[in-house]
Amino acid sequence: MAHNLDSKIPSGPIESKWTKTKFDYKLVNPANKRKHSIIVVGTGLAGASAAASLGELGYKVKAFCVHESPRRAHSVAAQGGINAAKNYQNDGDSTYRLFYDTVKGGDFRAREANVYRLAEVSANIIDQMVAQGVPFAREYGGTLANRSFGGAQVSRTFYARGQTGQQLLLGAYSEMMRQVDVGNVELRSRREMLDVVVIDGKARGIIVRNLLTGEIESHEADAVVIASGGYSNVFFLSTNAMNCAVTAAWKAHKRGAYFANPCYTQIHPTCIPVHGENQSKLTLMSESLRNDGRVWVPKAVGDKRHPNDIPENERDYYLERVYPSFGNLAPRDVASRQAKYRCDEGRGVNESGKAVYLDFADAIKRLGEDKISERYGNLFEMYDKITGQNPYKQPMMIYPAPHYTMGGLWVDYNLESTIPGLFVAGEANFSDHGANRLGASALMQGLADGYFVLPFTLGNYLGGTKLEKVSTTNEAFKAAEHGVKEEIKKMMNIKGSRTVDSFHKELGNVMWEYCGMGRNAEGLKKALQEIPKIREEFWNNVRIPGDANYLNVELEKAGRVADFLELGELMCRDALEREESCGGHYREEHQVDGEAKRDDKNFCHVAAWEYTGKIDTSVRHKEELTFDNVHLATRSYK
Amino acid sequence: MSGKHINLTLKVWRQKGPKDQGGFAEYQAKNVSEDASFLEMLDAVNEELVAKGDEPIAFDHDCREGICGTCGFVIDGEAHGPMKSTTVCQLHMRNFNDGATLTIEPFRAKAFPMIKDLMVDRSALDRIISSGGYISANTGNAVDANAILVPKADADEAMSSATCIGCGACVAACKNASAALFTSAKISHMALLPQGQVERKERAMRMVGAMDAEGFGACTTTGACEAACPKEIQLTNISRMNREFFVANVTKREKHKDGGAG
Repeated sequence: MAHNLDSKIPSGPIESKWTKTKFDYKLVNPANKRKHSIIVVGTGLAGASAAASLGELGYKVKAFCVHESPRRAHSVAAQGGINAAKNYQNDGDSTYRLFYDTVKGGDFRAREANVYRLAEVSANIIDQMVAQGVPFAREYGGTLANRSFGGAQVSRTFYARGQTGQQLLLGAYSEMMRQVDVGNVELRSRREMLDVVVIDGKARGIIVRNLLTGEIESHEADAVVIASGGYSNVFFLSTNAMNCAVTAAWKAHKRGAYFANPCYTQIHPTCIPVHGENQSKLTLMSESLRNDGRVWVPKAVGDKRHPNDIPENERDYYLERVYPSFGNLAPRDVASRQAKYRCDEGRGVNESGKAVYLDFADAIKRLGEDKISERYGNLFEMYDKITGQNPYKQPMMIYPAPHYTMGGLWVDYNLESTIPGLFVAGEANFSDHGANRLGASALMQGLADGYFVLPFTLGNYLGGTKLEKVSTTNEAFKAAEHGVKEEIKKMMNIKGSRTVDSFHKELGNVMWEYCGMGRNAEGLKKALQEIPKIREEFWNNVRIPGDANYLNVELEKAGRVADFLELGELMCRDALEREESCGGHYREEHQVDGEAKRDDKNFCHVAAWEYTGKIDTSVRHKEELTFDNVHLATRSYK
Repeated sequence: MSGKHINLTLKVWRQKGPKDQGGFAEYQAKNVSEDASFLEMLDAVNEELVAKGDEPIAFDHDCREGICGTCGFVIDGEAHGPMKSTTVCQLHMRNFNDGATLTIEPFRAKAFPMIKDLMVDRSALDRIISSGGYISANTGNAVDANAILVPKADADEAMSSATCIGCGACVAACKNASAALFTSAKISHMALLPQGQVERKERAMRMVGAMDAEGFGACTTTGACEAACPKEIQLTNISRMNREFFVANVTKREKHKDGGAG
């Protein structure tokens, strides 16, 4: 039976909800904090910042990551920046404006209270990261520099060259390592979470596989935080790192945590186009490039001339033409769809016809090559290395690619999932971005959750919940361990003839074709027939060489692909049910002049799926969304 | 994007586990697109190995954008291969000649124990960080960010040092297997910023101590690390580290053991 979910949004005016709630939360006295243990799965921005701040408070934290070092988490790859409502540029920014832009940018499918809190703590994030020594870009007077970013008309983005994600992660990581040094955080790297252990209805631990030895380990705690990132790798080709997976979140889903809005995936407009069959991943070119780069295609269909030979009046600067007030800074979903339209019309460039130009000639003329190099040098070098072309001399070629996922485990205002004691942070939860994520807001959310939300909400949970002592000898741990071992054994024993990657690619093609930049009922129904077939073949015909009792990369990949094969189906079901277009979810049946057409009457809600044992019988629950502050309106960037 | 293809012979270090004896095995990489990355070339070789029922070549990799620092091995004696300031994931096949034979082996250093094939354990670098590679700043009470002014030149220089991705190529390239470039980059990053001043001496003492304790060799300033570094971290960092360590050493104070007032 579907029912409405309780989001536990506090009462009162939006400006004071968080302050009031923090006061109302139960506290754990300092001497008792060390008696509580917390597991954190994932050590990216959300996980590392959570582990660091919970460790500081005195809790006993165990942090887990699949990487050899927490510093490798995929947060490192974020290039462009992090937003904060500091109004350092005196251009009219405020907490309320960041809140407003984010709600609107998410196409009114995010929860107002969460977004307001995010905007509210954004300024503290910058203070915190600067105090930790993150070398943000500076003006000559020593103050912090800002730049503008897609979807915003103010300059509120803080950045560290083109490596903002890396510098922020190194900051959070070093704070976590400080807690490792004092003994409050115990770090377990090269561990993959394969189950959550639920005892008396509460999350009490996890099962992990030691990726070096193959050993299955049980770990108990009073609460569990999942901060394991997003699931764009379901598309096979995406901007995500190779080890990004849905596995931790998916196993939690199968234990009872609802999965919200899985169909909300972000297609990033500025990636390096696909070069060939053996390509393993796509590389993003920072959105910040759109500050100075102009996007265009030839006006004539099939114009194969060298871009530098195409005169100005034979170029279509389509973003500037269609969206005069935002121009090249239109939000990601809008810019991506426009690129697709131009390529579908036959105006695409590159041998594949699947690319558009991002041109810096004007900016170089205006500012000089030195200035452009100072702003984007490392990105230009990266482009040159990958494509063998010099972007100072000819325009870059770009095409949209799967990037961030806005869907994830459903959480309430406290970031607690439908399993009590299981909290979810960062990209792994669904909460703050709605159907679309604006640039420079993912880093903000990861750090907000880890540094400024979880320390309070976890304390409230631990202070207000009676927790019996459990140990890993408990029956529930034994049963979960057994289940994990059986699944691995089953996979190893298939001994079929197809490689893991071949299944992943096949699934990825179906997902991109039918549940990618555009979706329609017919395609989604087709995907829903295809995916179970691929899954069935996987479980009968996958080949995993070697053994399970030591480092086995193919086995690791197989487990992740098995989970993607289930998630993919849920994504298509979710996309099929959502009979509207909003943000990154674009149902071709619901459009006006090529722009997304929302249906607020029927779909102004979060869809949260409950696992029932089989994907095709998953139950769709709703959380109705109300917009008391930002009035529901059609997004327009024109 | 050229659309051309080449053929290569690979001599790859294979070692099942830390305790096994390793050795080179030869593979043919056929019809490799010049637009593919080095790791995509290895992926294709691995797909063939798996299809035959053999174990694929294990190598560390993740972001494949040259930023996470996970990948790295030695190609023809050079850490991350022949291209300057390039990680192996960003090394593209157009830089190799058709018909070439390439020797591929792991980063070798006593402080980097072998895991499997081309993978080694670089967790010693994390332990160097946990010994002092941070600024102690508890969450929630930081002053306004613009209350700490940093001259642009200092911020830029700190940023250049902070760019280190901790891949370990500097260690592998060094004849002494020294971690001086890695450690000095972090010490420099923080010593250049006002926020890093309070713990400056303690940090230098502890991090240099941790580096030695992990079994890394001493720096003899041959510069091989700088040449191999995919992020162009400069040797001047090592000079700065030495200065920081020296000053810290000659001015160190005994820790006071007094407790707080009751």
